[in-house]
Amino acid sequence: MKNQLLLRSAGAMLVRILFAVVAAFPIVFMLVSSLKPDQQIFGDMSSLAAFLPIGNISFDNYAAVFDRVPAARFLLNSVGVSAVTVILGIFVNSLCAFALSRMQVRGKKIVFTAILATLIVPFQTLALPLVWWVNQLPYFELNGFSLEFSKGWLDTYQVQIIPFIANAFSVYLFHQYFESIPKELDEAARIDGAGWFKIYRQVVMPLSGPATATVAILTFLPAWNSYLWPLMVVQSEELRPVMIGIQYFFQLNVSWGEVMAYASLITVPVVVLFIAFQRSFVNSIASSGVKG
Amino acid sequence: MIAPAAVLLLAFIFIPAILGFGLAFTNARLISPRPVEFVGVDNFARLFTDPTFYRALLNVAYFTVVIVPVQSGLALVMALLINKKFRGVNFFRTVYFLPVVTSMVVVSLLWLFMYRKDGLINEILAAVSFGLIDGPDWLGDPNTAMPAIIILSIWQAAGFHMIIWLAGLQGISGELYEASQLDGTSRWQQFRYVTWPGLFHTRSLVLVTITIQALGLFDQISVMTQGGPMDSTTTIIYEAVQSGYRQQETSYASAISLVFFVLVLIVSAVQRYLTREKD
Repeated sequence: MKNQLLLRSAGAMLVRILFAVVAAFPIVFMLVSSLKPDQQIFGDMSSLAAFLPIGNISFDNYAAVFDRVPAARFLLNSVGVSAVTVILGIFVNSLCAFALSRMQVRGKKIVFTAILATLIVPFQTLALPLVWWVNQLPYFELNGFSLEFSKGWLDTYQVQIIPFIANAFSVYLFHQYFESIPKELDEAARIDGAGWFKIYRQVVMPLSGPATATVAILTFLPAWNSYLWPLMVVQSEELRPVMIGIQYFFQLNVSWGEVMAYASLITVPVVVLFIAFQRSFVNSIASSGVKG
Repeated sequence: MIAPAAVLLLAFIFIPAILGFGLAFTNARLISPRPVEFVGVDNFARLFTDPTFYRALLNVAYFTVVIVPVQSGLALVMALLINKKFRGVNFFRTVYFLPVVTSMVVVSLLWLFMYRKDGLINEILAAVSFGLIDGPDWLGDPNTAMPAIIILSIWQAAGFHMIIWLAGLQGISGELYEASQLDGTSRWQQFRYVTWPGLFHTRSLVLVTITIQALGLFDQISVMTQGGPMDSTTTIIYEAVQSGYRQQETSYASAISLVFFVLVLIVSAVQRYLTREKD
């Protein structure tokens, strides 16, 4: 009996390791290949050396990437666009969820239902009409002391940010979380004379760390990874985000070492960020988040 | 306090959705000196006589029918493997989730390289079969291009649905397992009569999210095959982006998007009906 149990748990561990190997091998291959010259990448492919940083190892590919592509600029653009989207997204969506959870608003149910209804519209169906629409929108720019008016948002930073701030799923996550915070807390604060905004800022939000972390990651990932949208609305090189940068590598002769270096360069920051927040993220989704 | 979110959702979801509906019946172009005119169902007439569109429908159906059961099944297996606490559980959770954190564009690029005739996948196949398997030129052959894209898509996204399954598993009360243990049930019986019914709501959530994601297949196609070889991997969204963006035919692209939206609605409605709670 005991042997049988032991055998079973060893078997389970073996399956776990097998899945882990399948999940990890392409990523290890990418990181390792980014350090090798092309010739060696192909030479190592038929042996385990493909997954080991051995042989002629250097950061030459990375140096070449910065020569070929304005990689620093792209990274900066993506960091900026993602950060602003995340910060504004947390603020706008939590505020909306707070009002829906705590305040007496007329037609609250209808508003909440309408917000959730937007979840059934896949972004891909909106993308093309949206391109046409943002091209009709007005845009005001402060130029010195005069307010300049122009038409069309194409080829700007705001077209990469503003459409993605409000998000029904984030509102839903915040709302679920706020509902679990006892209402007695804000009643106590009200007796002390606190206004709604003060309750939001000093009572509810400080208690909502896990929900905020989840929304932050779920907003950050698509912002950093966005590809279809900037492909359509951003033409100027100095406004492009990281994912569009991959197009630069297939124009002339392809150097796979450089491709792998660029791929690693735009992946590693996200992986590091994810590992740093791993526990709170996986746990908060697994325990509170997506329980529909 | 609702206003900022409500205004943004109105401006960037409701209005474009309605606009898309309207534009589909016009001749609007992205940049055009001509005024927008109503043209009735011309765009749809053109769409429904386009053989590439039917090919795209077929490809997406193929992709979805394979991906939905395989990916949700593998994700469930992964979730079961890391559901209980054991030493190193966080390590496995992190590793299983790594592909999800990697963007689909990077994943596509990476697998584009691995799928070459002389690439890593074929080298591995040759190594584990002692040289017996001579792998194909995965993305260059119309017969293997779609299966190749299916494999990498599952590899990238299974970890996400693993997390959703995991949420469901953690929601099943431990007492149920203890009770079933007292009754001396086998592991399979336990899964069949405790775990599986306990995952009722999670099941429909996983099903719906995988299906919608599968129907909207685009990034992989755009990076890896551009719909080829011989239209064997073209998809509805890929066709919409081609006409709407490359050829700037906003109206035609809106018509495709509208058909896509109706398709998503029908498929989700059918799924809801099939997985409804039976009293």
